[in-house]
Amino acid sequence: NKNYEKALEEIDENLIYWPRFIRHKCKQRFTKITQYLIRIRKLTLKRQRKLVPLRRKIERREKRREEKALIAAQLDNAIEKELLERLKQDTYGDIYNFPIHAFDKALQQQDAESESESDAEKEEEDEEDADNREFVEADDSDLSDFEDMDKLETSSEEEQEEEAEAEKKASRSKSKGKTPLKGPARRKRPYIEIEYEEETEPSTKTKAG
Amino acid sequence: APPKAIPKTIENQRVYDETTVDPNDEEVAFDEATDEFAPYFNRQTVPKILITTSDRPRGRTVRFCEQLSTVIPNSHVYYRRGLALKRIIPQCIARDFTDLIVINEDRKIPNGLVLSHLPDGPTAHFRMSSVRLRKEIKRKGKEPTEHVPEVILNNFTTRLGHSIGRMFASLFPHDPQFIGRQVATFHNQRDYVFFRFHRYIFKSEKKVGIQELGPRFTLKLRSLQKGTFDSKFGEYEWIHKRREMDTSRRKFHL
Repeated sequence: NKNYEKALEEIDENLIYWPRFIRHKCKQRFTKITQYLIRIRKLTLKRQRKLVPLRRKIERREKRREEKALIAAQLDNAIEKELLERLKQDTYGDIYNFPIHAFDKALQQQDAESESESDAEKEEEDEEDADNREFVEADDSDLSDFEDMDKLETSSEEEQEEEAEAEKKASRSKSKGKTPLKGPARRKRPYIEIEYEEETEPSTKTKAG
Repeated sequence: APPKAIPKTIENQRVYDETTVDPNDEEVAFDEATDEFAPYFNRQTVPKILITTSDRPRGRTVRFCEQLSTVIPNSHVYYRRGLALKRIIPQCIARDFTDLIVINEDRKIPNGLVLSHLPDGPTAHFRMSSVRLRKEIKRKGKEPTEHVPEVILNNFTTRLGHSIGRMFASLFPHDPQFIGRQVATFHNQRDYVFFRFHRYIFKSEKKVGIQELGPRFTLKLRSLQKGTFDSKFGEYEWIHKRREMDTSRRKFHL
């Protein structure tokens, strides 16, 4: 019977000669069933959560493939390549200026004859490097060794070596937060210092002699 | 002596997919000009993104949402307590959001991502794995600033990959601020999309240094639907069918 109360009465009528306990248990069962049917109807109206079982084999397979793909991807190299490409194709405009040709020329020309030219080029290098440094200083990034670079920028003779040192020093300080290039950069620095000392030693010796 | 042989990698042996996009393909170019991302690529709309989770997000998911919102400019995180997605979507459209991201979580870690472009755009459902929060990444950088990052999309070759790549690109505003020197990378490799967020520095003409900041995660595409999110009535453009598509080790779809 559709009506809850009338159904309970019907149970009583039909099971009239049965013991009282069994009639009570029947009614309880009936109550339980109607209640959970009501709940089902209510729930299907709301949105339900669909459970999708994870499959262990497939999950393991995908995890392994993901690891391999990560190794194959070599993300850092790819990102660096892409950034350099964009630099070459001038998407950044004029923010970054690197003294490429002038610097190379100055490195090659270490003769006394071309000193005047190299002085002029060094002046240009100074300006460009100053721009570069000023710009980078404007960003509040983690490079704090630029004050040292300013102090280095005094003498005019071994400017090239000093600039190389300063760049290497800057690269070393920049590589603080970054894992690659730590070892070789650090090793390069004492290497250059040794060169410098060797060069000055014979001059002092000749002066003493 | 015999010449050195080129080692066979999976990328070399990849089964040629007929839907690879040729850069000079006219049909593809026309499609891209007229599909749902056209207003974004013509710079008519500025992306505004809503990030939300499934019900009752746990700690990791909450923190991941916050970090994601710092990575993507112009994004807001809203929690939903039992609100149906179908009802959220018209509200979002009314409030001018361009994209919706839903992060699904399971056992206190985020494991699924639904990305849908709002004004009736395609919806992509990903499985997210290997999520690293910012404090778990080994680096010493600071947090991402408010500058608009650049976007790098690597290796999205097929038609499907192309459309997914455009979806990712449409999350970020079109004019990256180079002063910020931040870059967000979506790298596709063997059907897994790796997301990284770095800050770069040009040390010289030929050398660049990158420092990883920001969360990282990997996505695997499960399905792509034509319209907005609709599990029952949506028109699926692509579903990952395990039986058919996972048979060959050298065949990839993205």
